[in-house]
Amino acid sequence: MNSVILTAGSRVLAGLLLIFSVYMLLRGHNLPGGGFIGGLIGATGFILHAIAADAASARRALRASPQSIAAVGLGIALAAGLLSAVAGDPFLTGQWLYLAGLPLSSVLLFDIGVYLVVFGAVLTLVLALEEAV
Amino acid sequence: MPPPPPSSPPASARAWSLSRNGWAGLAPVLLAAALFLAFLPALGPVSRGEALVWAASWVPGLGIELAFRLDGLSLTFALLITGIGALVLLYSDSYLAGHPHYARFALFLTAFMLSMLGLVLADDLIVLFVFWELTTLTSYLLIGFGHEAERSRRNALQALFVTGAGGLAMLAGLILLGAAAGTTRISEILAQGDAIRQSALYVPILVLVLAGALTKSAQIPFHFWLPNAMAAPTPVSAYLHSATMVKAGVYLMARLHPALSGTPGWIWTLTLLGAATAVFASLQSLRQTDLKQALAWTTLMALGTLTLLLGQSSTYALTAFGAFLVVHSLYKAALFLVVGNLDHQAGTRDLTRLGGLGRALPMTALAAGLAGLSMAGLPPFLGFIGKELKYAGGLASALPALTTGALLLANAMMVAVAAATALGPFWRPPAAGPAPRTATEAPPAMWIGPALLGLGGLVFGLAPELLETGLVAPATASLTGDIGATATLTLWHGINLPLGLSLATFALGLAIYLALPRGRAGLAAALDGLPNLDRGWDRFLHGLKRLAEIQTDAIQTGRLRFYLAASFATVVVALGSTLLARGLPPLAFDLSDANGVLATIALLLIGGAALAAASRSRLAAIAGLGVSGIALSLVFLLFGALDVAITQLLVETLVVVLVAVALLRLPKLKPLAFRPGAAALSAALGGLVTVLLLAVLHTPMDLRLSDWFGAASWPEAHGRNIVNVILVDFRAIDTFGEIVVVVIAAISAYALLKSPRGNSGDTR
Repeated sequence: MNSVILTAGSRVLAGLLLIFSVYMLLRGHNLPGGGFIGGLIGATGFILHAIAADAASARRALRASPQSIAAVGLGIALAAGLLSAVAGDPFLTGQWLYLAGLPLSSVLLFDIGVYLVVFGAVLTLVLALEEAV
Repeated sequence: MPPPPPSSPPASARAWSLSRNGWAGLAPVLLAAALFLAFLPALGPVSRGEALVWAASWVPGLGIELAFRLDGLSLTFALLITGIGALVLLYSDSYLAGHPHYARFALFLTAFMLSMLGLVLADDLIVLFVFWELTTLTSYLLIGFGHEAERSRRNALQALFVTGAGGLAMLAGLILLGAAAGTTRISEILAQGDAIRQSALYVPILVLVLAGALTKSAQIPFHFWLPNAMAAPTPVSAYLHSATMVKAGVYLMARLHPALSGTPGWIWTLTLLGAATAVFASLQSLRQTDLKQALAWTTLMALGTLTLLLGQSSTYALTAFGAFLVVHSLYKAALFLVVGNLDHQAGTRDLTRLGGLGRALPMTALAAGLAGLSMAGLPPFLGFIGKELKYAGGLASALPALTTGALLLANAMMVAVAAATALGPFWRPPAAGPAPRTATEAPPAMWIGPALLGLGGLVFGLAPELLETGLVAPATASLTGDIGATATLTLWHGINLPLGLSLATFALGLAIYLALPRGRAGLAAALDGLPNLDRGWDRFLHGLKRLAEIQTDAIQTGRLRFYLAASFATVVVALGSTLLARGLPPLAFDLSDANGVLATIALLLIGGAALAAASRSRLAAIAGLGVSGIALSLVFLLFGALDVAITQLLVETLVVVLVAVALLRLPKLKPLAFRPGAAALSAALGGLVTVLLLAVLHTPMDLRLSDWFGAASWPEAHGRNIVNVILVDFRAIDTFGEIVVVVIAAISAYALLKSPRGNSGDTR
């Protein structure tokens, strides 16, 4: 699609969407948001870029292949689940650590995994579809 | 038939070094030998009737423990498995010297050995089943080791299917057995044999467990896979298909003997199938000219005999079982290895072409002679003692004439086969021309094993009390429950009926041996007249494939409209019949809290859907769907489900993008034709979903779970967003399953889109 407005706009928008997606991911535990929603928003940013420019350009911007991103996400979610084994709890029991008042948890790690899976899977599908057409 | 081992240069075969295949050759031998030595000290306590037990918690919820128990029967098997395992692994190292995949072979064989060990040590039904299946799998890999040959693959698959199907039946039987006994601990089950025999579940348990045991031990009518399994390299045949794996079925029957035996069903099934298998297999063995095939069928004869003996409950029969188990493992493994030597050194396994090799392969000939004489049951070999006990057991059985007659026939034929296979190739001139290769003696690693095993038959024959107190008495005690109740193993019982039967066996065997060269063709013709289950198996598989094809052709039309109609029709039928059976809810709409906003949203929903259905432009149809979707997210928003609303909105956006991209490729919409069938289906589905939703609204909501999540979210999971806390904490394992599905779906779609023929019309 050759639209100057879209191309120019997408540069700003794609970045904003990515930042917004991380924001949604991080606030998800207490306010509307979370890994699933964040992943979808993040993917939208790259889809916008793919539509404004082309799929190849979106892939370049992504650097890693979306399939790998999804697989890494799955691995992170699994690792987050296995962390509970260290404390002797059943698989996927949430583990919390307060670093100088900053709450860190295996739950957040799990949600990051979900984010990457959704982000990678959606982009795998959309980019392949764009290229197939 | 497998090709001879791919690379076995004769020059290197003569050289002797520690190992031909480096660590892959040496390490498994050391492991097996170490295990054998580790089991030896257990002989002391076990011969006093004690059992060594080790258990760890595994599935506490179901009361399943990782429990192992070493008693007489287990120890007998464990020593056979590790002892013969060590010798066979040592042998393989030379037999397959320099084979490019030797490490793989050694791995499979070692894995098999450990699985088999786990099987005979398991003291829990489920643990036993797991190891049982592991032996099936490793056996499959070993039979199909020469996977370049089509026949080898086919036979491996056949063994896997037959024993695997039996294994599944057995699992059901073991679960029923556990339910009937109230525990899965085998030692506890065996203590309540009377209760199990009187249980209503006894017959199904018996049928299912025997289905597993009889397929694994290749009893008629499941016998056909075993001779085919000889496609495996010869050491594998020696180890799995004579000494160990095929005895797993026999082991299971022996293990459960105290719990299941003694009923007419048990006695008749085992006695008749065992006797039939023993006699039929002996006949088949006589007709073979391939040494390995002949031995394969004699293994079946042995398995039939063991099954027959297990059908009885007399002390004689059970002692005979214990003794013959050891006798057979010793001589049969030795003979298989001898055949491997002949094949390896002389280049053929054909009985009619081998002869006069006694001077060329002296050590192999010695091993063959020792093993063959034990197999024929001549004094003073252990085989003689085993045979006498078999006759005593047969005479004491419930059906003395039938069992003793079958044993006599089978044993006589064994004498003839032993003479033809173990002595013929060495001490008789070849029947049909010279052996194709000038043969030399095999390297020591290849005759040490068979010679030791053959020597074992002689030593234990001369000093049977060693075997009796060490293994046979404790093993028999595992079946009878009484360490004192064992028939004595001795060469001389005095002049009695078993001795007379032995003499008759030798006479008959000699007669058969002498008649064999001329009678073989006639015997083969007669046996070929019987139904061939092996070919029946091929027809069965072929029929199964045809059925799948017909069914696939009928269902998979490749037309999207058909798939949708089929799915919707299924929903209509399932939903409609359920609603009719349960009674329709009151068909009234409660519009009391309707307001302007909700009405607008409803209009948007309906309008979008109508636009999508009626439009002739794809773009307009997608826009219509988008309107409906966004209106739906407004509903979520209105009722406070913020996360769901956001997700719905994002998904709706993505769907529009995806469809719009695909749109570029699609042809123009054809003018809509009116299809009465489709219209009726749509109306039925829409109506039923409406009724269903009304029914849901009339059912009071159970809020206990929602309330609990609401209350527990902050204190237990440190989160205030209940939806997210449920997703990533309370129900995280569900989420994990879902993201796995998401990844699989994405990768599948990627593969479809990227494959060159991804959009072709291939419907299969």
